[in-house]
Amino acid sequence: MSNMLEVADLGHTYGDHEAIGGLSFTVRAGELVCVVGPSGCGKSTLLRTISGLVAPSRGDVSLHGSHLAVVFQDYSRSLFPWLSVQGNVEFPLRSLPRAERRARAAEALEWVGLGGAARKRPWQLSGGMQQRVAIARALAYRPSLLLMDEPFASVDAQTRFELEDLLLRVRREHDTTVLVVTHDIDESVYLGDRILVLSGSPARLVADLEVPLPAERDQVTTRTDEAFVELRSKVARLLNVGKPTMDVEKWAAAERESLSETVSS
Amino acid sequence: MVGELVTQLTSPSFISHVVATVLALLIAIVIAVAIAVPSGLVLGSVPAVRHATRAVIEFLRPIPSVALIPLALVMLGFGPETKITLAVYAALWPILFNTIYALDELDPLLVDTARVFGTGRMGVLFLVALPSALPFVLTGIRLAATTALIVMVSVELMAGSQIGIGYFIMEARSGPGRMDQVLVGTVVAGTIGVLLNNGLERVRRRWVAW
Amino acid sequence: MTKFLQRWTVFAGLVVVWQVLGWLADDPFFPPPSKIVTAANEWWVLEPANFTGHVVPSVVRLLSGWVIAGVIGVSLGLVLGRSDRAMEYAGPLLVFLRSIPPPALVPVFLLLFKAGTSMQLATIVFGVVWPVLLNSVDGARSVDVTKVDTSAVFRIPRWQWVLGVVLPAASPKIFAGLRVSLSLSLVLMVISELVGTDNGIGSQLMQAQREFDYTRMWAGIVLLGVLGYGLNTALLAVERRALAWQPRSRDEQHA
Repeated sequence: MSNMLEVADLGHTYGDHEAIGGLSFTVRAGELVCVVGPSGCGKSTLLRTISGLVAPSRGDVSLHGSHLAVVFQDYSRSLFPWLSVQGNVEFPLRSLPRAERRARAAEALEWVGLGGAARKRPWQLSGGMQQRVAIARALAYRPSLLLMDEPFASVDAQTRFELEDLLLRVRREHDTTVLVVTHDIDESVYLGDRILVLSGSPARLVADLEVPLPAERDQVTTRTDEAFVELRSKVARLLNVGKPTMDVEKWAAAERESLSETVSS
Repeated sequence: MVGELVTQLTSPSFISHVVATVLALLIAIVIAVAIAVPSGLVLGSVPAVRHATRAVIEFLRPIPSVALIPLALVMLGFGPETKITLAVYAALWPILFNTIYALDELDPLLVDTARVFGTGRMGVLFLVALPSALPFVLTGIRLAATTALIVMVSVELMAGSQIGIGYFIMEARSGPGRMDQVLVGTVVAGTIGVLLNNGLERVRRRWVAW
Repeated sequence: MTKFLQRWTVFAGLVVVWQVLGWLADDPFFPPPSKIVTAANEWWVLEPANFTGHVVPSVVRLLSGWVIAGVIGVSLGLVLGRSDRAMEYAGPLLVFLRSIPPPALVPVFLLLFKAGTSMQLATIVFGVVWPVLLNSVDGARSVDVTKVDTSAVFRIPRWQWVLGVVLPAASPKIFAGLRVSLSLSLVLMVISELVGTDNGIGSQLMQAQREFDYTRMWAGIVLLGVLGYGLNTALLAVERRALAWQPRSRDEQHA
């Protein structure tokens, strides 16, 4: 399998605060990779450098494809309230002829089960449905790489499960390469073909784990699968969950980072 | 220009022009507040009255006060009544609308709380609605004050009253054609506006800190 | 429907009261509405030359001044609002302009007024462009970060970024500025005609004043009221349509 994304010695520094400290990894075509790490460890910065929103201080990001799409955590602000659901999905397709644009948007909305909501305004939909619109928009763009930044962190638990299964289904059906950034260990194991575990700030790669689960997953049986439970514990141990190792210094640094991220953007 | 400014600022006749304008302005603001705040409280708290008077208000509001100058001149003459009346007319609207708006924004929970403690309708109006509306009302007064000043100076300028900054400007322009005096008058009028604006903003910040 | 009735019943009632009082008082300063309407009819309807020679030029001046100011204000405002470099230069000036309430410029224009339509037009444009400009700058700067990022990620063309993202995001503020500018245009139009010209509603008002014709003066004032009401209502209708996408439909707003 060919590589879709290669990240080599990527580092980023805000002022004198090091957010990412030299990351190297690859994402193969068709793979779903989850990046998991403690809150404020620089995951968002990583995503912003990969997507080209921020130029990294050092290192290389090379995408072996034409373009990428991003699904942001904050769907309510990522969708345009003055466009209909259909208009939002068509948003990145302006260079295409109108008929093709229409067809692609309608198709993508079908994929996420929102064929009937095309004429609505995004704010008339529930949070979970809005995030589906954002996913449909990203899929309609036919990205070589789909980046997702905590995509399901702002919806309730039930919706979250639905959206996770939706993601697994569409990426299997359309062979999409996906990189999901999350702080949720269970989610990373449930979704991923591979998990990249990051350390706290500055972000460094602690482990690169294959997920030994079948492609077909199920919210009930997969989560009780022995391999699932074992891997979850392993990731949790790597992240030092449950041990109060996070000292004041680190909290302050994490805080500063999240602050500077908002400022810099 | 600066020399002329100093000369004028120490000249008793110029000072009396300034005093005349400022005095008329203060009177106009007081009258406007006395009319607009109670009206705003009534319109804001009794929806029926508000709906009923909306057409009237929406018709009156867009009439520019300067359009009333010819009528006011023939009815009220060239004395200070004319400019005060027109300034009051112009100053009414911002205060009125800000008061109504403030009552719209009133937190129903505050009213319910007061009601639970047995406060009557009038009590709610004066103990709850008015204090919580105060910041908006003060903002309205600030906007009204600058608008009133502008109308006042414009009326003095166009209608040729016998005293005031506007009159000074007009005289300087039409008589000797002293452009420096025209500028001095304009700058002083502008300064009064900025002082009023900033002063009232400071009052709002200091005394109404909630 | 009941609200409509409620509104206009009181309005009509007041007109009737005015009519009766006007009859009873028989005061030349306060003519009853019937006389005002008759005067307006004689003045503008029976003599169409008065209408085409005074009312139409006034409205044309007002609207063209406002439209030109709107186009300049919005396009300049969006450019300034989205360009950090431009803001570095223009920022202090804008801060200063923001501290001046829009009508404060009126006396300055009184001094500048000269005869001639083009000069009048220029003055209206210059006088009313600031609220639109300042609000457009604010609106353009208020595009939230996630939308900026989304647009950057999808690499949309420049025209789509300006027309499809920045303009709609700024439109609520732009409309607020346009409303202020519209009422200011009316004020400046009247002032310019009171001082400067021999045609227009304002100059007709002055003419009526010279002839001590109070009824026509009232007719002129009522006409200005109707004009202001009509223009504002039309703009609100356009705004309501244009901003129908807003999650919370805003009721009438008073600037």
